[in-house]
Amino acid sequence: MLRPLPLLTAGVLAGPVAFGLLGTVLPAFGMLVPDAGTPWAAALDWPGLPRALGVAVLSGLLSTAGALLIATLILAGWHGTGAFAWLERALSPLLAVPHAAAALGLAFLVAPSGWIVRVPATLLGWERAPDLLILNDPWGLSLAAGLVAKEMPFLLLMMLAALPQVQSHRRLRVARSLGQGRIAGWLKAVFPGVYAQVRLPVLVVLVFGMTNVDVAMILGPNTPPTLAVQVTRWMTSPDLSLRAVAAAGGLILLFATLGVLALWMLGERIVARAGLVWVRAGRGLPERLSRGAGFLLAAASSLMVLAGLAALAIWSVAARWSFPDPMPEALTGRSWARFGPDMLAVAGDTMALAVLATLLSLALVVGCLEAEHRFGFAPSQRALWLLYLPLLVPQVAFLPGLQLLPLALGFGPSWPLVLAGHVVFVLPYVFLSLAGPFRAWDARIARVAAGMGASRDRVLWRLRLPMLAGPLLTAAAIGLAVSVGQYLPTLLLGGGRVTTLVTEAVALASGGDRRAVGIWGLGQTLAALLPFALALAVPALAFRNRRGMRHG
Amino acid sequence: MAEGLRLERVAIVRDDATLLAVDAAVAPGEVLTLMGPSGSGKSTLLDFVMGDMAPGFRAEGRVRLDGRDLAGLPPEARRIGILYQDPLLFPHLDVGANLAFGLRGGTRAERRAEVAAALAEVGLAGYANRDPATLSGGQAARVALMRVLLAGPRALLLDEPFSKLDAERRAQMRDLVFSRVRRAGVPVLLVTHDAADAEAAGGEVVRL
Repeated sequence: MLRPLPLLTAGVLAGPVAFGLLGTVLPAFGMLVPDAGTPWAAALDWPGLPRALGVAVLSGLLSTAGALLIATLILAGWHGTGAFAWLERALSPLLAVPHAAAALGLAFLVAPSGWIVRVPATLLGWERAPDLLILNDPWGLSLAAGLVAKEMPFLLLMMLAALPQVQSHRRLRVARSLGQGRIAGWLKAVFPGVYAQVRLPVLVVLVFGMTNVDVAMILGPNTPPTLAVQVTRWMTSPDLSLRAVAAAGGLILLFATLGVLALWMLGERIVARAGLVWVRAGRGLPERLSRGAGFLLAAASSLMVLAGLAALAIWSVAARWSFPDPMPEALTGRSWARFGPDMLAVAGDTMALAVLATLLSLALVVGCLEAEHRFGFAPSQRALWLLYLPLLVPQVAFLPGLQLLPLALGFGPSWPLVLAGHVVFVLPYVFLSLAGPFRAWDARIARVAAGMGASRDRVLWRLRLPMLAGPLLTAAAIGLAVSVGQYLPTLLLGGGRVTTLVTEAVALASGGDRRAVGIWGLGQTLAALLPFALALAVPALAFRNRRGMRHG
Repeated sequence: MAEGLRLERVAIVRDDATLLAVDAAVAPGEVLTLMGPSGSGKSTLLDFVMGDMAPGFRAEGRVRLDGRDLAGLPPEARRIGILYQDPLLFPHLDVGANLAFGLRGGTRAERRAEVAAALAEVGLAGYANRDPATLSGGQAARVALMRVLLAGPRALLLDEPFSKLDAERRAQMRDLVFSRVRRAGVPVLLVTHDAADAEAAGGEVVRL
């Protein structure tokens, strides 16, 4: 029963991507969509295209390079110190905060009438918000900055997980004993190994930076928006023939993404060359400056996200809050009484979808890993690429097809389609989170139990899964957070009829009712964070009398 | 000899290189010691006897237990217990549930009585509700021994079972293990690199 599961899982990952790309290519050449006309020409004629593509490339490259640089400086300068432990604690929950919620909070912070401007405004006595286009700036710089703040914790934790495999402590000790500074030694001796381990996540960040829709809708430019946002607008336009244009636009973005990926890989080689020259030259780095800059940038970006979330929370209970005041005049529960019940109802739907998507993913992942254990399937590098496939192909390039092709086959946008779409994106993260602990489980325990007559199923259910309760719950919490954050799959595969916290929150973002945005954004944040709290609390309670379960 | 464990021209092969070859038999209540340096394929041989060999290895020859060819039988059907150098108690279960894991049949009261008797036998009476992580190394080793015996194995494999104990406990544990397994009347295969283990086992010694 288990044997075909790895193949099935590969199908779940690659099938929708292939099927969706096909469903995007066909309409782009005038098939599937009635009255399509000449979609390629229409997409290429769109006057905003050069700017929209330029902003996509810029925000992708800037956010990836920025997040990677800060994460690297922090690890190089501070890993193993008390300050690092503090920062790690502050950053870990940020990882679970959905992109849209973090972006909504940041928008509150950096808007011309936002918290940051209110500080000089209060001091200098400005009456009105300055006429500055910081948020939604035409070059997408605030978009890139927001992405840096959100992706830096992700890359940092991925790099942190890779450190033991490259024996970073020993390498750094050797480098420092040879006279290198802390940061220079880390960059020369540890970074190349760590980067090789986190290369795929870095590429995921790059693709996401170029092609994300929800963050770009909130923080990105408006006229024209990024290409991914424009494709989404075409897809959701009442004029159905524009879906063919959307498909063509999605393919243009796919090609641009492939080009930028190639460019990044070229950049990797150039940096590697330059690094070699640097190592040979025997030069160091301004150590104190680099350490200080790394800590400041990391602390600032995590504080920004946290302050943004705080702004969401305060807006949700604010009575009158006029411009230069740093705090509202009074707190009130009125907004919650007005928007709370709707939000909670949608939160229930969101969690139902997330729980089902996560359970399906967990079943597939546990099945795959157990099959690997029982039948000795060896995980290959190719399997790892397959796992990352749905994260490396831009969502706007294959989700339109995933809506259009089933529609042409008589299966319209619907809840089951949304669920399937969520599984495609939840599964990789659940797999990546669970695979390490599952494979590290001591297989001798299975032999001991088999020697006592326990079947493989009994070993799985009575020993392996209970012993892995902590990692299983963490993987489930990650799966729930990923599902809660899925904007585009919910929007496109649900055809507007499936609403979740994220689709509602993003829809409200342009409306300008800050109290409503505060409540929906906060709801989305809590929906993603609470499962993590449970994942920590449940094993701690269930195994409170089992010391051997505390670090497993 | 129909009874006991027979390794008939068994060879462990990796990449067409034979790691070890052995042809031996152990009678019930006897101990056969296989001695060799680490990396000589001893543990893989035990995996083969258990029916759970890691990928990349191949084995030739037959294993018979009480006259029956074990080829093709899954590990849980072979009823061959194993003790490692680590006690490997299941950390999420209490000591009593660890001991009861391999018990089958009988009422709940009977099983509980069996567990209590087994604990008393190794000087751990009243430990059934304890968290295994709170036991000392020697106590955990004794629980592991009683756990494998309670499951009623038809043969026992010992994989360097004493190497992690300190010198004083090692001698005590050796005496306990060998006297208990003799009383259980099953064939025992011991792999070790410690000559003192082989001597204490008192049976035939095969050097690999």
